[in-house]
Amino acid sequence: MSVEGIALVKHFGGEGEVAAVRGVSFQAPAGRITSLLGPSGSGKSTLLRMVAGLEKPDAGTVHIDGRDVTRIPVREREVGFVFQSYALFRHMTVADNVAFGLRIRKRPKDAIAKKVSALLDLVQLGEYGHRLPDELSGGQRQRIALARALATEPRVLLLDEPFGALDTKVRVELREWLLRLHEELPVTTLLVTHDQEEAFELSEHVVLLDAGTVAQAGSPTEIYERPANPFVAAFVGGANKLAGDRDAFVRPQDVGVRKAHGEDGDHVAIVERLVRIGGYVKLSVAMKDGHTITVQMPKHEFDERGIERGDRVLVDLRDVKTFPRGDYAI
Amino acid sequence: MSAAVSSLGRRSVGQRVQDEPPAARAALIAVALAFLGLFLVLPLALVFVSAFSEGVGAFVSAITHPDTLSAIRLTLLTAAIAVPLNVVFGIAAAWLISKYEFAGKSVLLSLIDLPFSVSPVISGLLFVLLFGAQSPLAPLLALADVRVIFAVPGIVLATTFVTFPLVAREVLAVMQAEGSQEEEAALTMGATGLQILWHVTLPKVRWGVLYGVILCNARAMGEFGAVSVVSGHIRGETNTLPLHVEILYNEYVFAGAFAVASLLASLALVTLVAKEVVQWRARRGRTPLRPAPEVGA
Ligand SMILES: Nc1ncnc2c1ncn2[C@@H]1O[C@H](COP(=O)(O)OP(=O)(O)OP(=O)(O)O)[C@@H](O)[C@H]1O
Ligand SMILES: [Mg+2]
Repeated sequence: MSVEGIALVKHFGGEGEVAAVRGVSFQAPAGRITSLLGPSGSGKSTLLRMVAGLEKPDAGTVHIDGRDVTRIPVREREVGFVFQSYALFRHMTVADNVAFGLRIRKRPKDAIAKKVSALLDLVQLGEYGHRLPDELSGGQRQRIALARALATEPRVLLLDEPFGALDTKVRVELREWLLRLHEELPVTTLLVTHDQEEAFELSEHVVLLDAGTVAQAGSPTEIYERPANPFVAAFVGGANKLAGDRDAFVRPQDVGVRKAHGEDGDHVAIVERLVRIGGYVKLSVAMKDGHTITVQMPKHEFDERGIERGDRVLVDLRDVKTFPRGDYAI
Repeated sequence: MSAAVSSLGRRSVGQRVQDEPPAARAALIAVALAFLGLFLVLPLALVFVSAFSEGVGAFVSAITHPDTLSAIRLTLLTAAIAVPLNVVFGIAAAWLISKYEFAGKSVLLSLIDLPFSVSPVISGLLFVLLFGAQSPLAPLLALADVRVIFAVPGIVLATTFVTFPLVAREVLAVMQAEGSQEEEAALTMGATGLQILWHVTLPKVRWGVLYGVILCNARAMGEFGAVSVVSGHIRGETNTLPLHVEILYNEYVFAGAFAVASLLASLALVTLVAKEVVQWRARRGRTPLRPAPEVGA
């Protein structure tokens, strides 16, 4: 059940407005989780909604398992959709929410009951069937939303920032939980997120979007190690942009600093700010050319070097990604 | 973010009130209460006092007079037709407007408000023009032997027209505030439009519908202007309760007029209580309701 989008275009509003999606093609391999990653407004949700059929593309086609479904109505696409804000039916109990799609399909009562309790167990909320959605925590609600989407055995699971409304701790927990769930139940999944860590951790295939176009598609490693263009280089890993006649980027953890002892030159900088965040330290250092770059290093390494605020340091740029200067706006 | 802003806003208002010296606060409250008493409580109390001014016997005989009973029947009949019609059309219009994009949507939106933007008397006249003796439809109606103007159908039509926005507006506001993600979720699970309406949308907006029904019912039973124009004031036939009150009053049957008026006043009180109950329930379910709209009479 692979999913494929070909040259998808979607405009909202008037002629003058820039399209939300401007010719996006992508592939989501069967049985895997594919992430649609990108900054806010890059068209991720619009793309996902076109796959679901909730939005009609102006041009381009959507294929599920090789079959063109562009003209097939939502109801018949057999997709499961999970919204950032859960979209649970608030007047129905949790069990009735999960049963909804099965009741619509007029499945026998006892089969529905069986399936619902199996699904509630699957999302580890077996005891919560009689509750109303308002009586659950955000993380629990999102697991119910997922169970509800899975109830009708969709061919494709579409998740639009499913963990976006949750706090960091719950998010990380649910991420691991989702991975395990997916191992158990390998449904082809498209995950929309603006969180690169989430995308890299959950999926083997990432489609990185920029202003309605695909900036790069590939495995997390490919995208991280070999950014295809300055946008990707800057977006992934919060890279520093360096001065020079070419577009050059370096990630905070790819910069080393040590105390300067009288040396001089382009690589000498002043430590303007340092913040300790758990196991690592973040420094802002002002380069000779006026740029400030962010450096991130492990705490123990930092402590060994005895660097303090205001110190002159030697900067070592270990992994610089360079691109011929284009007219990219970042 | 918005929650933080609004709670901040609330706090600053609270503080301003607390900053008033106690004497000023007491004075303000006294003025407000005096105003309320003078303009709301006193007239209402007066209605009931006047109703019983000639004794319980007179009250009972005024209420049980055949003309009064006929007016009660007609009023109930009118509401029993107008309210369900407006519930059906109101939900349909709100559903159309909030769920679909189509040409002429803004026209439909302003049409919904039309009954509120014209005086009810004009609304009544519209129906007289449309169905009266001078209308191009008159020969047809005569042929079918149907009387609309100066008859019950005209009263029902005018009442339905005047009260149309109450349900539609209320339901529309709730539908727009609630968004349509739940409907979209149901759609992806394979539900049809009707199934979504029945299982998802209607339960979601039920308090809004009920609130609209209460307002619509109160207005339908109390409507005077439009009904007065189309009714013809035929005693025992085309008199609704408000019209009956006017007739009795004009004939100097004051106690009788007030006795009948006290029925309408009681309806208003029941409406107020019902409204509060629904608002309270809706707040518990966090359904936002619009405040009752201003109604020009
Ligand atoms: N229903 C709509 N009507 C008009 N414009 C829309 C609509 N939906 C999306 N847009 C516009 O399309 C663009 C892409 O929106 P989209 O919601 O797909 O972005 P996104 O990548 O999901 O962003 P986010 O991470 O903030 O959710 C935005 O500029 C947005 O304003
Ligand atoms: Mg989005």
